[in-house]
Amino acid sequence: MSTTYYSEDHEWITVSGDTAIIGITTHAAEQLGEIVFFEPKDVGDEFDKGDDIGVVESVKAASEIYAPVTGEIVEANGELEDNPGKLNEDPEAAAWLYKIKISDASELESLMDADGYKALIA
Amino acid sequence: MTKRTPLYDLHIEHNAKMVDFAGWDMPIQYSTGIMAEHHQCRQKAAIFDVSHMGQVVLTGEDVGAKLETLCPQAYATLKEGKARYGFFTNEQGGIMDDLIVSNAGDHFFVVVNAALRDQDIPHMRDNLDGVSVTEIHDHALIALQGPASEAVLSALLPGAADLKFMETLQAPIDGVPCRISRLGYTGEDGYEISIPETEAIRLTKLLLEHEDCALAGLGARDSLRLEAGLCLYGNDIDQSTTPIEASLGWAIQKRRKEEGGFPGASVVQKQLAVGAARKLVGIRPKGRAPARAGVEVQASDGTKIGSITSGCFGPTADGPVAMGYVDAAHAAPGTPVNLLVRGKVNLAEITTLPFVAQNYKR
Repeated sequence: MSTTYYSEDHEWITVSGDTAIIGITTHAAEQLGEIVFFEPKDVGDEFDKGDDIGVVESVKAASEIYAPVTGEIVEANGELEDNPGKLNEDPEAAAWLYKIKISDASELESLMDADGYKALIA
Repeated sequence: MTKRTPLYDLHIEHNAKMVDFAGWDMPIQYSTGIMAEHHQCRQKAAIFDVSHMGQVVLTGEDVGAKLETLCPQAYATLKEGKARYGFFTNEQGGIMDDLIVSNAGDHFFVVVNAALRDQDIPHMRDNLDGVSVTEIHDHALIALQGPASEAVLSALLPGAADLKFMETLQAPIDGVPCRISRLGYTGEDGYEISIPETEAIRLTKLLLEHEDCALAGLGARDSLRLEAGLCLYGNDIDQSTTPIEASLGWAIQKRRKEEGGFPGASVVQKQLAVGAARKLVGIRPKGRAPARAGVEVQASDGTKIGSITSGCFGPTADGPVAMGYVDAAHAAPGTPVNLLVRGKVNLAEITTLPFVAQNYKR
């Protein structure tokens, strides 16, 4: 049983127990344009909610990814190194960024559900 | 309130993403995206709206010779029907702006950067005695760029193929009087066309009817010019960089190098004789991470030797490309350097410019 939340910084986070998968939203990918590079943080890195946890670069600009919750990086999506363009094709599924361990599940309460996020970007 | 070019409605019609550029509401890209627009220009033909740039007419006696007092270019001997890239220099030899000057016969036609028209026009009025300096406000300027440009324009202007690189002429396109110059800033063959504003959308749409022609925005224009090794004013060149430091010595003709007679000539001539302390070079990051303006360039031992002034992912180069200034001792092509990107060292190499071979029709 998993639940997906969305952040104001345009990330999604799908939570199952104390682990989660995070990525950028389709809206974010559209705003960035063609993504040419993803620079992940290292596995094992711990981060606070709001920390920068990697960078995606389009032809034009570099944009930081902000952690939607506090946690630790368990795995980075290695496929994005060779094929960052996948972030434009399938940002909310195959082109996930990290699997993480969540430190404080109560932080999820400050995030939005799908309808809330839809309203944000409308 | 940002200004709109005569092509504004066309941009909106084509779903452009508009941004404020030097006070102008300009298309950064259309729905096709920067990458596709970049390839469109390299492979076929693309039209850019560059109407935000300042178009200026100079009339009077000996305009070319008088321009030589402000620019290090040989404009006194610029033949009728020819255009030449150049720049205004300051007393320190720094570049005030870069520009294209065309000898149109009964006048000179000058195109300057959008952000600097308010500097350049008074500069010319104050210093060109007996020359009338008039900005043209009622003309659009479009750049038709790419290997198919000649075919695209020939459909409307049968003589288009006869014009050679850096030549200019006044001619009607579908009955509309236009100034057509075979030049641009993408490294590709192409034309810049000055069109009366009321006809700009109609003529641009006529050009777009060609199957090989599509609109492209400022985003693609930036990656194209960077791959072509062309400087962007405000990034790669400014008041503090001399033409010699900027590797623009090729744009100063031999007579002017020898005779001087332009602002900052002593500085430029000294650098020509003994070399400049720093040089603008191409920098090719290894790997896929782009290195952008402001990134520190280090020698292999970690000492700072310069910084990047322009950097992006080059769609045709299929990898990151950059330009920047480094100490002359480290400027030789092939020199390995380190780039400090977000606190991490990325390896790179000094290279010759351009990254993508220029494709002009000489």
